[in-house]
Amino acid sequence: MTLQSNRRDFLKGTAAVGGALVVGFRANGAVAAGAAADLNPFVRIEPNGAVTVIIKHFEMGQGTTTGLATLVAEEMDADWESVGIDFAPADNTRYANLAFGAQGTGGSTAIPNSFMQYRKAGAAARELLSMAAAQEWGVPGDQITIAKGVIAAGDKTGSFADFVQAAAAITPSEEPVLKTLDQFTLIGQHQLPRQDSASKTDGTAIFAMDVEVEGMVYATLLKSPKFGGKLVSFDASAAFERPGFIEAKALANGSTVAVYASSTWEAIAARELITTEWDFAQAETRSTDEMIAYHQGLLDQPQFQARKGADQALTDEALAGAAEIVETSFLFPNLAHAPMEPLNCVIQPTGDGVLIHDGSQFPAITQPVVAATLGLPPEKVEIKTVFAGGSFGRRATPSSDYQFEAALAFEALGRTKPVKLIWTREDDIRGGYYRPMAAHRARIGFDAEGKIVGWDHRIAVKSILKGTAFESVLVHDGIDEVSVEGVHDTHYQIPALSVGLSDAEVGVPVLWWRSVGHTHTAYVMESLIDMAAEKAGADPVAYRLEMLSGGTDDQNRLSAVLKLAAEKAGWGEALPEGRARGVAVHKSFGTYVAEIAEVSVDGDGYVKLEKVTCAVDCGIAINPDVIKAQMEGGIGYGLGAVMRNQITFTEGEVDQFNFPDYEPLRITDMPQIDVHIVVNDIAPMGVGEPGTPPIGPALANAIYAATGKRVTQLPMSENGIDFV
Amino acid sequence: MATQLRVNGETLSVDAPPDTPLLWVLRDEIGLKGTKFGCGVAFCGACTVHVDGEPTRSCVLAIEALEGAEITTIEGLESPAGKAVQTAWRELDVVQCGYCQSGQIMSAVGLLAEIPKPTDADIDAAMSGNACRCATYVRIRAAIHRASEIMEA
Repeated sequence: MTLQSNRRDFLKGTAAVGGALVVGFRANGAVAAGAAADLNPFVRIEPNGAVTVIIKHFEMGQGTTTGLATLVAEEMDADWESVGIDFAPADNTRYANLAFGAQGTGGSTAIPNSFMQYRKAGAAARELLSMAAAQEWGVPGDQITIAKGVIAAGDKTGSFADFVQAAAAITPSEEPVLKTLDQFTLIGQHQLPRQDSASKTDGTAIFAMDVEVEGMVYATLLKSPKFGGKLVSFDASAAFERPGFIEAKALANGSTVAVYASSTWEAIAARELITTEWDFAQAETRSTDEMIAYHQGLLDQPQFQARKGADQALTDEALAGAAEIVETSFLFPNLAHAPMEPLNCVIQPTGDGVLIHDGSQFPAITQPVVAATLGLPPEKVEIKTVFAGGSFGRRATPSSDYQFEAALAFEALGRTKPVKLIWTREDDIRGGYYRPMAAHRARIGFDAEGKIVGWDHRIAVKSILKGTAFESVLVHDGIDEVSVEGVHDTHYQIPALSVGLSDAEVGVPVLWWRSVGHTHTAYVMESLIDMAAEKAGADPVAYRLEMLSGGTDDQNRLSAVLKLAAEKAGWGEALPEGRARGVAVHKSFGTYVAEIAEVSVDGDGYVKLEKVTCAVDCGIAINPDVIKAQMEGGIGYGLGAVMRNQITFTEGEVDQFNFPDYEPLRITDMPQIDVHIVVNDIAPMGVGEPGTPPIGPALANAIYAATGKRVTQLPMSENGIDFV
Repeated sequence: MATQLRVNGETLSVDAPPDTPLLWVLRDEIGLKGTKFGCGVAFCGACTVHVDGEPTRSCVLAIEALEGAEITTIEGLESPAGKAVQTAWRELDVVQCGYCQSGQIMSAVGLLAEIPKPTDADIDAAMSGNACRCATYVRIRAAIHRASEIMEA
């Protein structure tokens, strides 16, 4: 894979100079090819026949580079071995995520929004190459076949390279013919190697952390130990003990000191020697216990009714007539994302603007944020996207927080030197933008037979979206969709369900964390449904199927994954002493996932998650092995958090520092995972997030089945469960 | 303040303060970027290199202690075990974000050099210090078994 160094080189490389065929779209979405000035390339076929797919999303490990390249290669019938990728430059008009209307990656949208667009680009390229071959050979176009990059008609054969130049001179049709699903040869194939495997196994893959540019200085930051604190003063005189220390500067945001040095280590070591004084008058100074009590208090008087058509009075009435009411409270801690690559980026001057090297998740936000910070027109902020060492949502801040800090640090040096901004792991764990704390309380009314007659559900959580650019899209009538997703829109047939929501006001910055609201709502719903099944004396799988029997598409697809997982897991079959199973099923981001957890409990009560059986329906499976990998990874990511992760506060200061006290999931914790993919021909949806929500409740339900302990506060290890 | 280091078979003179961790000398002074910074406290394994053949966390190891030692990084991985592990990693498409994988591979190669046919328990013991936030552990375990097969063949 080759990566261009900036937009100018990128355009030079992608224009039809040197005989390459470039296919893409005009700003209005029309297919275009050749050397047109307003062409935004999606595919480039080099003179030697190599195919380069231009990736408008970033790669954080979710497999998007492989996925988008597959869509193009499929329609072109290219040889996968000759297909490579380039990341697109920041250009909101040309490389927008069609689900957002802006360039960025998130919400498991990369495949669904690109499915038709990238196929169309590939089909147009195929059409041009076919037409060029037909002209050259003097045969009708419909006699041309292409397979694995070989163009043929009768006894004539050729390669892409043979027709690149001629194809570049042809005008493409507006609507190239796409393959029918039965013609796919790469989509759905299990053995298609990832685009990024080779460079990520020999150390050559470039992450922002690896970028070095001429004359660059390294910067670490000193920030207020409490969120919202302001800098009063600092003393950097002792830092000159470090030979590489250059200087320290207060940044224009009033709450940060940048520490500049000649190497990363010197910037880290010098920071330790600088003393600071802070003003906490406006800071969040509560401790975790106070925050919990505050959230739970909010449940008494919801601000919003989040269930469409629901009426609290009707729910109250139903509960008043119940034979029994069961009240259950749940509490979820703040969580850090902790991607393996600590946040960082490089910003360098370009003459009349800047170039940022970044594992850029939201170019559409970073570009204007940095432009505004530096008083530049947005187009003068170029972004070169490199591999991102994980994100899990952390890089998708609506404020572009770390790129903003890099711009401030660059500005503070008079915009003269390239600056590499580096967060340490401590900065990451203590730096905010956490999954918000969430409190739930459900009062479920049952009749004498154990049937649900009413359900009063309440949630208190800080809104992620209010006050951000996303508010206008995803907040309606005051209700932040991501605070209640997975509860207000439940597919279970629950009578007299109402969902009260209260926004918590906390000074801790919060953010989406892999699967967002579903991180807590799936845990609550799937725990409660298990409790309701027990009340009804029903098998947990059979009970769910009954509650999903209304015949809607959603219910049918949830039921199908549930049945598949149950069948593959041997649900209902006897287990050895000390073993038990738990189930959960949930829809998120348009994808349906059921997971069955099998736990063992040893003689001393220690729990181990032995095995997870997962069934997923994400529509057409573009890259089945990537889907499998995302289910495995999504399960592991959720598992580590529910087992033992939490961010807590003492008088506003984060108690955790680094991995020793925010311990990631280890190989020793990882269960066997069997993934089964439902085969259908429904338009594809994403898989980056949907594997995560069911694992917590599946594990909790298995633990309950094995031990009789119902865990309603996370993490489990702090609430009565000891893991092997 | 020059320190002599043997890295990937070459002797290099490094001009960095003697308390500088090997990780940062490899990355910022020598320009070997394949070894990664994950935590700085030897708790994630992203910085794993071989020192005299032993998988070692380079983020807490000052260069002053390393004169005369043979240091191998992902870029210098030429051993049969090294090639087998890289081949197996690619066959099974282990990687996701990839940031931890240099460290995972260096630990796996260290394991296979010592135990050519490791059990799951051996793998857990050797790999439990290498964190992967993408949780590629199922495939890491399978790929180590696969690398063992490749070495045997």
